[in-house]
Amino acid sequence: MTVATITRQDVVNFLYTEAKLLDEWKLTEWAALFTEDASYTIPPIGDPDANPKDSLFFVHDTRARLQERAERLLKKEAHVEYPHSTTLRNYHNIMVGDLDSPVIRVECNFTTHRTKREVLDTFIGRHIYEIVQMNNGLAIKSKKVILHLDSLRPQGKISLIL
Amino acid sequence: MKELIRDNTEKCEFLVHRSVFTDREILARERAEIFNKCWLFIGHESEIPEKGDYKRKKVGGRNLLLVHSHDGEMRALYNTCPHRGALVCRENSGNSRVFRCFYHAWSFTNDGQLAGMPGKDGFPDDFNCDGTKNMTEVNRLESYRGFMFVNFDDHANSLDEYLGNAKEYIDLVADQSEAGMEALGGVQEYSVRANWKLLAENSVDLYHGMPTHKTYFDIKQGQDPDLKKVKLEGKGVDLGNGHAVMEYVAPWGRPIAQWTPIWNEDLKKDMEKIKARLVERFGEERADRIANYNRNIVIFPNLVINDIMAITARTFYPTSPGYIEVSGYAFAPKGEDEEHRMARNDNFLEFLGPGGFATPDDNEALELCQEAYNNNQEVQWNDISKGMVRGEDNTLATDEIQMRSFWRQYKTRIEQSLNKEVAQT
Ligand code: FES
Ligand SMILES: [Fe+2]
Repeated sequence: MTVATITRQDVVNFLYTEAKLLDEWKLTEWAALFTEDASYTIPPIGDPDANPKDSLFFVHDTRARLQERAERLLKKEAHVEYPHSTTLRNYHNIMVGDLDSPVIRVECNFTTHRTKREVLDTFIGRHIYEIVQMNNGLAIKSKKVILHLDSLRPQGKISLIL
Repeated sequence: MKELIRDNTEKCEFLVHRSVFTDREILARERAEIFNKCWLFIGHESEIPEKGDYKRKKVGGRNLLLVHSHDGEMRALYNTCPHRGALVCRENSGNSRVFRCFYHAWSFTNDGQLAGMPGKDGFPDDFNCDGTKNMTEVNRLESYRGFMFVNFDDHANSLDEYLGNAKEYIDLVADQSEAGMEALGGVQEYSVRANWKLLAENSVDLYHGMPTHKTYFDIKQGQDPDLKKVKLEGKGVDLGNGHAVMEYVAPWGRPIAQWTPIWNEDLKKDMEKIKARLVERFGEERADRIANYNRNIVIFPNLVINDIMAITARTFYPTSPGYIEVSGYAFAPKGEDEEHRMARNDNFLEFLGPGGFATPDDNEALELCQEAYNNNQEVQWNDISKGMVRGEDNTLATDEIQMRSFWRQYKTRIEQSLNKEVAQT
């Protein structure tokens, strides 16, 4: 069996698909993009390389916990997101690393808008992905969200998946 | 005089007038009577362990600089230049012997003393001989078991006296480590679009636990099917001075020494060892209390210490009646074993903080209260009576005695102010 050659466009399309799934609240489908050993993390603001042992992250999810996160948000009792907020995610300045490497590093800027009860909040920052090729296409091995904010004011919370 | 709190023991009814959540005039009085006179949490000693360490802190609406000066003293300096007012220190944290105001380059040693300025010949020889050109220091900075507080009222009682019965519960947290507790890096700075008193209430409210956090308990149930064996049960206690606590058992694991099946056997052994050491230090009963009981403590007016599935402290300050700035801390024993610490932090993040599975739902609850106070003109009172029928000495953790204790103190302080025509310090 030959492994298909991946192009930059494949990777970009994959990221746009991820963003679209999140905007459409297809969260179990989003979780399915991740590998069995995947992680999803949001380190403290201003300290992207912090050690999760010494520093308080916002999110430090294993694969199991990101599944729980996705499923929780689909429940009516996840009050903060019920009714669901309206969101719009833009990914820009996408930089794709070595396509021949078994783990492809991809970085991009993101702008995520969330509106609920007529209040619009915006999250900005940088995503760092490790992407691998699986039999059925691409998969995310890790996603790290580096917030480029001073604080979570006025956003107040990260109830969304960023 | 306007009535804000109706405390009717005979009828077992306790009411809070909703204007306290929305009225600007009341906020001005709260600033004068509460935030300018009570002890306010500024930080933990472990945040500035070395000489020269500093951290900027917003406390009670002030811009402060918490610094470990070279003479060994911890100080809280007002972060404003004695020259013409600019913010002197602009970094959030660091280590420095001197602070230099960039505007006209006056510089100060890290105890606040004026060290020099350009163009000295333009000033008299005895300039600053009275010390008025030094950075001003908050006169009252006191600490208890590593928790540091400031008070802007020079005549306030000591912190020790102010904390009173609450010290017993802070001890139960601080005693968890022989090496002392430390604040983790990455204090979470967030906000809630709600009145500050709603967060004080919510942080010591067990009544909302199940309905508001059902998704969290569902997840725990999925991890451990035996979970339901432990209910949320305990007692609520008025600690005086507006402080209160609820102490209770809960189904989640406690990283000090209440193991749960989601953790591995190594961790179980580790926790058994910690428990045995606690018994050695404090005896069976107190060791059990430290290891297996949860406690949510509210220290009037704006500090909450929750020793639950992890240890968090939050302090908050209103910039308007409907908006607060919150700082959320995580605490852990210094030198904790790596695996143990990771279990603790995972436990924290599962429930707590802006990205947790619970705190954002609390945030939402408070914001929905605030939004619906638009109806205050016609619908005027909150009910906080739960448990009064049992008598205030027999209340359960799921009752509302904790909030009544807070509100009774609030009433005492605000009613003094309502006798004055305008808010004044
Ligand atoms: S305002 Fe600081 S030196 Fe002038
Ligand atoms: Fe809660």
